[in-house]
Amino acid sequence: MNAPDQGRFALDPARHGAGIALIVIVIFNLIVTPNFFQPQTLFVNISQMATIAIVAMGMTLVIATGGIDLSVGAVMALAGALAPLIFLSEFAQANPVPGLIAAIGLPILIAFCCGVFNGLLVSRLGVQPIVATLILFISGRGLAQVLTNGNLQTFSHPSFSYLGTGRVMGLPFQGWLVLIIAILLSWVVARSTFGRQLLAVGGNERAARLSGIPVHRVKIGAYAICAGLAGLAGLIVVAINSASDAARIGNLMELDAIAAAVVGGTLLQGGRAPILGAILGAIIIQLVKYTLLANGIADEVALIAKAAIIIAAVYLQQARKE
Amino acid sequence: MTDLIEMTGIGKKFAGVIALSDANLSIRPGEVHAIIGQNGAGKSTLIKVLTGVYRRDTGDVRMAGRDLTLTSAREAQDAGIATIYQELSLVTLRSVTENVIMGYEPRTRLGLIDWRAAHARTRQILTRFGVDIDVTRPLGQYSTAIQQLVAIARAVSLKAQLVIMDEATSSLDDQEIETLFSVVRGLKQDGVAVLYISHFLDELYRICDRVTVMRDGRTVATHDVADTTKLGLVTEMLGRDAGEIQTAGLTALSGGHSDPGPVLLQATGLRTRTGLRGVDLTIRKGEILGLGGLLGSGRTETARALFGLDPLISGQITHHSGAALDNPATAITRRIGFLTEDRKVDGIIPHLSVRENITLAILPQLRKGGAIDRAREREIADYYIKALQIKTAGMEQPIRELSGGNQQKVLLARWLALEPEILILDEPTRGVDVGAKFEIQSIIRAQVAAGLSVLLISSEFEELVEGADRIVVLQDGRSVRELHNPGLTQDALIGAIAQHQDSEVAA
Repeated sequence: MNAPDQGRFALDPARHGAGIALIVIVIFNLIVTPNFFQPQTLFVNISQMATIAIVAMGMTLVIATGGIDLSVGAVMALAGALAPLIFLSEFAQANPVPGLIAAIGLPILIAFCCGVFNGLLVSRLGVQPIVATLILFISGRGLAQVLTNGNLQTFSHPSFSYLGTGRVMGLPFQGWLVLIIAILLSWVVARSTFGRQLLAVGGNERAARLSGIPVHRVKIGAYAICAGLAGLAGLIVVAINSASDAARIGNLMELDAIAAAVVGGTLLQGGRAPILGAILGAIIIQLVKYTLLANGIADEVALIAKAAIIIAAVYLQQARKE
Repeated sequence: MTDLIEMTGIGKKFAGVIALSDANLSIRPGEVHAIIGQNGAGKSTLIKVLTGVYRRDTGDVRMAGRDLTLTSAREAQDAGIATIYQELSLVTLRSVTENVIMGYEPRTRLGLIDWRAAHARTRQILTRFGVDIDVTRPLGQYSTAIQQLVAIARAVSLKAQLVIMDEATSSLDDQEIETLFSVVRGLKQDGVAVLYISHFLDELYRICDRVTVMRDGRTVATHDVADTTKLGLVTEMLGRDAGEIQTAGLTALSGGHSDPGPVLLQATGLRTRTGLRGVDLTIRKGEILGLGGLLGSGRTETARALFGLDPLISGQITHHSGAALDNPATAITRRIGFLTEDRKVDGIIPHLSVRENITLAILPQLRKGGAIDRAREREIADYYIKALQIKTAGMEQPIRELSGGNQQKVLLARWLALEPEILILDEPTRGVDVGAKFEIQSIIRAQVAAGLSVLLISSEFEELVEGADRIVVLQDGRSVRELHNPGLTQDALIGAIAQHQDSEVAA
């Protein structure tokens, strides 16, 4: 029973690859990047990492069912476009508190519904996840642009912007949000019936169905949670910028989220949902982006670096098998 | 004559657990060599060490006198070792020819694939096997038996010196097995050695020259098959006393035959899209109802229909509760369990632990708020691990690391934990070793004595004949006859199946 303990302190790259990578990146930055060891750097990275982490945790649940969700970026854009429309409306101007609640609640609810739609396509209609979520990947962002007439919406709304710029005990608000969601989802995966059913469906769908597990409902649940979290991430992006540009919110986020999940140890064939791994993955991806940016390397090169990380992560996953 | 393969002192550990220790195997050119042993004895591991799937920790492997260390399937093929796995690793959507030549395509001068030569070569090899099929059609259109022969044809076309067959006959019918055996004999004549792994001792006496017995990761002995007796081999495999085995009988299912209790479930005129064309049966409390018939007669399909997996076109299933059994979840709430035939595909959740696999079907009962009642879950897992003597490092060990027989026990525990009223068992002892088989049969018998009703599907007639109170004989998706115990013999059962088979031909 104690077999895993034997190698607790041995650094096996297959098992601790993500952790080692993180340490290497931090040490590299401490030496090379100017002003890396500054609170400001920490805050910037936490607030940037938070959106990736939030979406990656949802993505981890979807991948755990053996699926994938390409629509997260588009759903972010949809939620992000809706929020300013709501709090800038006459109703919200007249009733600030209900207006703010609606501006946060409604977009997340609509994002959630997008997830239910994805889940229905995948489970009831048996559409392949990559194709099913491609529908909203394309149309979600389109819808967001139609809603805003393709305009950039700028605003000044301090209480909404708290989502992206607020501080709690000196640290960015969204960092705390990541922590709360991580604790919640870790509990769901490890302790709840839904979590167990999720892992069973991803591990062996046929066996799960034969054991009476509501496979359809579990899948819909996973996609819905994923999309709901994407909606929240969309709001955070808008709040950080005090501006909403439907064409850019969450652009390429699906790739960052999938990469973070994979780097964190999620198996693409399903059956495992390491929530903390997804956060670790998000931190690594954010730090790599930051490292290259801070050292004056072009964004395009950062994309190539990201690809290299994914390849390394997948390679280590393969090596982990006996 | 030097041996073709010589493995000496092979040792292999997985995460500290010994899988092989000091295992030896020698194969002569052109012989058919069998490896036998219980599940978990180390047969598969030894073969995977030979073919380079696993790296050995200790020991030497020599092929024709030269050191051999393989690290991939391609290297094994190039060295002249071909493996035909239980689960075939072929591409069913591509043509027969493509499957035979894949990776070694003959080329024209322009570097394109020379299809004419490829088809001709494939046709030639298959004709030698006595198989005359259209090699340009997708492999998936042919039966498992043909696919297996195609896999062997691939081995031959690669000029393999050793063909490894892992449980090659487990999904074949008698006639197909005959064909396979004649191909094996043909290979032998051509000087190709065959390493044969099987749970069926009878087959060994029909085609094997020598046999190596494995137990607990060691090779216990190697004999000329002609010098052995079945009882002797079983004794060596189990490491038990011969007399003990002789008195215990063939199966542990016999004994029941009580008076039938009230009817729990009645099915009439079942027709499904999966091939049922009129099945009637009745399950009573505290009895074992057997389903007899050949492969493809509709036994598994009947079980699936009763469990609510396949919708009915017509016919009726009446459960005593009055509930409509139209999906597995409903059947489970009515305390009906279904132990499926294919452990890997329909049974285990590989990444989950033994504990999580045991309690999978009773999750609704363990729900406390939205959470799982962990204390109760552990209690249940612990109880069944002990009661069924499941060999595991602990309830947290992933099920994929267990041997086949122990995986099967975990799945049986999953359904027993439901405290079922009716348990459908589809080939409950297939692919498990003699010892585990006996244990599983005893567990089932004890449960039936305590009031459980069982619907038993088994290709082993002795299990049906000794275990079942009644046997419904199926043929071509129809129930054609019902036989009753006591007084049932294997001959009577085979007769019943054959008789209807004949009358069908006559009509």
